[in-house]
Amino acid sequence: MHFIVCIKQVPEGTEVEIDEEKGILKREGVDSKLNVYDAYALEAAVVLKETYGGTVTVLSMGPMQASEVIREAYTLGADDGYLLSDRKFAGADTLATSYALSEAIRHLPPADVIFCGMQTTDGDTAQVGPGIAELLELPHASYVSKIGAIRDGHIELEADMGDGIEELQIELPCLLTITKDLNQPRLPSYKLKKVTEGKEVHVWDSKRLAGANLEYLGLDGSPTQVERIFPPPKAQTKELWEGNPQELSQRFYAKLKELKHL
Amino acid sequence: MSQMRVDQSQCILCGQCVEACPFAGVVLGEESIEFTDSCRLCSICVKACPTGAIWLEKTALEPSLDLQEYQGVLVFAEQRQGEIAPVTYELIGKGLEMAKQLGHEVAVCLAGLDVQSLGEKLLTYGVDKVYLYDYPELEYFRIEPYTAIIVDLVSRIKPNIILMGATPLGRSLAPRVAARLRTGLTADCTTLAVKDNGDLVQTRPAFGGDVMAQIVTPRHRPQMATVRYKVMPPAEVTQPHGKIVHCQAEPSQLQSKITIHGFRPHQVASSITDAEIIVAAGRGIGKPEGLELLENFASLIGGVVGTTRPLVEQGWASYNQQIGMSGRTVRPRLFIACGISGAVQLVAGMRGADTIFAINTDPDAPIFDVAHYGIVGDVYEIIPRLIQIIKEGGSLDEISQVG
Repeated sequence: MHFIVCIKQVPEGTEVEIDEEKGILKREGVDSKLNVYDAYALEAAVVLKETYGGTVTVLSMGPMQASEVIREAYTLGADDGYLLSDRKFAGADTLATSYALSEAIRHLPPADVIFCGMQTTDGDTAQVGPGIAELLELPHASYVSKIGAIRDGHIELEADMGDGIEELQIELPCLLTITKDLNQPRLPSYKLKKVTEGKEVHVWDSKRLAGANLEYLGLDGSPTQVERIFPPPKAQTKELWEGNPQELSQRFYAKLKELKHL
Repeated sequence: MSQMRVDQSQCILCGQCVEACPFAGVVLGEESIEFTDSCRLCSICVKACPTGAIWLEKTALEPSLDLQEYQGVLVFAEQRQGEIAPVTYELIGKGLEMAKQLGHEVAVCLAGLDVQSLGEKLLTYGVDKVYLYDYPELEYFRIEPYTAIIVDLVSRIKPNIILMGATPLGRSLAPRVAARLRTGLTADCTTLAVKDNGDLVQTRPAFGGDVMAQIVTPRHRPQMATVRYKVMPPAEVTQPHGKIVHCQAEPSQLQSKITIHGFRPHQVASSITDAEIIVAAGRGIGKPEGLELLENFASLIGGVVGTTRPLVEQGWASYNQQIGMSGRTVRPRLFIACGISGAVQLVAGMRGADTIFAINTDPDAPIFDVAHYGIVGDVYEIIPRLIQIIKEGGSLDEISQVG
């Protein structure tokens, strides 16, 4: 079987400051680690490979440095890795990202299951996985929290719908987005690290996506546009209390009482 | 292709753009700055440049269709087993407000089996039309038929705006509909406003950090947005004036490769979502034992404990307790933030609280910008004393013995 896992390199921390005068961002560090949910997605794919046989391919989009997360995926059991890297992909919103990834998937050997993390920690949209499924005309399930058996061309699943767990079965090929309840990702293997040290990361630019509509890529292919960024609004009524812990506790108590919370 | 441009004669190699770029997308070159392949065309460097040497050269793009042909707001009504998800009423409330401004209608799309009575209930919230798809194949949410009927309805009524709940179901369905329609979708909007020309102005936290982004969909229709439960106030019940429109679906639209076997409700489903009082813990509590202290405090004042993402990632708390963009949105009467710095990611999930207290040792912590009452101090020095004072009924004599 062939399993494809879509992964993303995201920033380590989320510490960001905004310079109010200029309305610009200041951020320490840049994209550096594997999106945490993608680690669970990769683990799910590797477990299926170990159970049913086959190969795991990872696919990412980003600047050249994103090849780091593909190398990391090699140490976690991925067999092959592709990075979409081209300035034509820059500035993509979730639709343009879904489009580029789905076009790349069309150029890979046909997949039985495509995996995505349920969302990324930098964008938090959860939109790219379902977007890829739609563009490839595959059924999908989001928030998959358990994977059962693959049998007769179907896969048994559970999905966390927020208010409860749905039990379902979906026909292959399909796309699944994965929660952290599904498994415990393995640690990187030293042995695999050694073995895959010289292993190639295939880098594809937009020209490799023969048949793709180049107008659907990057900023120009993005229906949504960021008009401006600004610091979050502040509270209307605001008091800052300083003093020793005893005074502060007493004042806290009095205010809770006054507001009828006690 | 749109690209960043720099006027070499204007560039003084001051490096302010390099410092401002959150993505390492610009570096100092020999003659002037150079853009790297990490550049995301976000234009933050344009604002940072003191000499005005940088600009974004945009490809002139035409609208994908006749924008004015699209009018009104369509709300997707999420329901399970005859229960309408409460976020639906909040979406209707926002939809009515925006439609009124433009003199447009608010329509609701309702899908399910035997849901006529739900349609009538939705009319009491003041919507103009409820488009009802009543089929056995739609009894449970399955992605293909639900996508197909919304796309079908869009082709019939051409709405300017589509709103869906940012629930697991909505976050699965909306991107699929948007991709089929090839239109823009903005997740988890915290505010929505409409311009007189019909453009939807969507605001959400962005770049995973402490900034809000204002997002528009200038060339595509319908404009799609998802909104979290408890971010916006619900519509009020009124004298119904709208009507139910029964819609036909083609058999091909109702096909699915998914079979639903069953559903097990969560035991403590959304206990923090519905809580009136929340005591929330952040990284500042430093150790897992701090959660015990806050649990004690919360139970004393009739509340529950929620946490920020780092605590869940460290395994100190469960995902069901996580507040924020990547967790749950809460709108309690009282929110007490303990040792929380106040990243936008978190704030987006709690700013709707009626009263917010925050305790933090750092007087510059961003949480104090959203808190109504900020207490500069150590959680471990304040909360135990407060517990004692409450237990003693506020007696000052007893307090002095605590320290």
